[in-house]
Amino acid sequence: MQYLCLIYDNEASWTTMTEADAKAFDGEYRAFTEEIAKSGHLRAGEALKPTATATTVRVRDGKITTTDGPFAETREQLGGFYLIEAKDLDEATAIAARIPSAKTGSIEVRPIMVTNMK
Amino acid sequence: MPGPRDAIEAVFRAERARVLATTIRVTNGDFDLAEEAVQDAFAAALESWEAGMPVEPRGWLVLAARNKAIDTIRRRIKLREIVAAEDPSERAVTSELVAVTDDRLRLIFTCCHPALAPEAQIALTLRTLGGLTTEEIARAFLASPATMAQRLVRAKTKIKDARIPYEVPEASQLAERTEAVMAVIYLVFNEGYAATAGDEWVRRDLCREAIRLGRLLVELLAIPETRGLLALMLLHDSRRDARTDAAGDLVLLEDQDRGRWDRAQIDEALALVPAALRGGAGRYALQAAIAALHASAPRAAETDWPQIAALFAELSRVHPTPVVALNHAVAIAMAHGPAAGLPLIEALSDELSEYHLWHAARADLLRRLGKAREAAAAYRAALAHVGSEPERRFLERRLVELSH
Repeated sequence: MQYLCLIYDNEASWTTMTEADAKAFDGEYRAFTEEIAKSGHLRAGEALKPTATATTVRVRDGKITTTDGPFAETREQLGGFYLIEAKDLDEATAIAARIPSAKTGSIEVRPIMVTNMK
Repeated sequence: MPGPRDAIEAVFRAERARVLATTIRVTNGDFDLAEEAVQDAFAAALESWEAGMPVEPRGWLVLAARNKAIDTIRRRIKLREIVAAEDPSERAVTSELVAVTDDRLRLIFTCCHPALAPEAQIALTLRTLGGLTTEEIARAFLASPATMAQRLVRAKTKIKDARIPYEVPEASQLAERTEAVMAVIYLVFNEGYAATAGDEWVRRDLCREAIRLGRLLVELLAIPETRGLLALMLLHDSRRDARTDAAGDLVLLEDQDRGRWDRAQIDEALALVPAALRGGAGRYALQAAIAALHASAPRAAETDWPQIAALFAELSRVHPTPVVALNHAVAIAMAHGPAAGLPLIEALSDELSEYHLWHAARADLLRRLGKAREAAAAYRAALAHVGSEPERRFLERRLVELSH
């Protein structure tokens, strides 16, 4: 079964981090990604550019509107994701707990809906 | 004379949780499908047992429910084949019936899984293991039946869709997850015992149900702390008839008629306590040991307060909360006099100034020290924070007594 692990963290902390800390954090992510690739759990994973680069698109009454943002008031922003394969929720949450940002932010674990669109 | 129907229904009540637990394993964690199959099995039993009970009623029911579930799964697969959808889940059909561990243990861990909301854990546990109806659970927790039904549906859907495992947690997780199960059972008990609201009979049912679940947990997981939890609930509940007077007013432990305590239940609990305290006693075992000392005192004046104070000291080490600290201070006041307890209570003012029992405990010590005016002020502060009617009437009585 596949689960999407959505990584929420305070993106402002990235800009205030010292270079050494950022390097160490990056190293942790590399190591973790390698581990779950080796163990066969990794399907995909990417980091996102900050919310300042985001654009929101809506279609209402056939009309497309694009707006800058979102700049939600929340303390944590979506910063990246992993798509993983796990046998059940317990295995998925155990993997999510190893994502480096779990220590500072939070990880939302969502099961992937199985559809027949192939 | 009870007819065959009564006998059959007694079997249903006794075996329902076990039959359901095994059927959920057969359906691969699909609670709804399993409940439906168990219902069908019971209906089939009512028909075919009228002539005579089978030798092994539980085995009969498990087999009947399994067959019903498999029939439904097969029908669904057939339906899917017609619309050419995904692969059938063969695992469900070939699932072994022989359980290594009692399936009720899997069921209780799944119902109390931390990925479910706490109120959903409670509702699901009472519904599946306790066999309470949705209406009964709703009444006990002062929710509408529709809200409670919704809560159960959401929980069951999450178990299926997020694939919450139907397993006993692995060794590394077992202690923590067992703690969560015990917390759910104790919450159910306290909901019945503390009587924050709701009618009396429903609340007694909740206590009885929590004790039943506690017994089940001891049967399934015979570790010291599960015994501690069961002993604690048995001891508290043994005082149920002495805790309130005819008018429904609260009677303090020291004023209770100890002849009305349930002796058989106390004896059962006392037998559990030594084993519960073995190997680094946990918080339930320590609280059970404290309750056991109260239960063993023939009169309030003979209570072993120094020993109780020592147990509270240990409890505040393993489970440090402001309320435990308050109880520790009260025990010290009982063992060594109100002057010894008062400064300990006053040190907790920051954390507990919203808690009526903190004000009440402080008022009591001031009263004993002869500081009537300060005691009265403290009782009034307690009244400002109290929630339940019997407690309010008790505090008001104390306040009146002070002025005489």
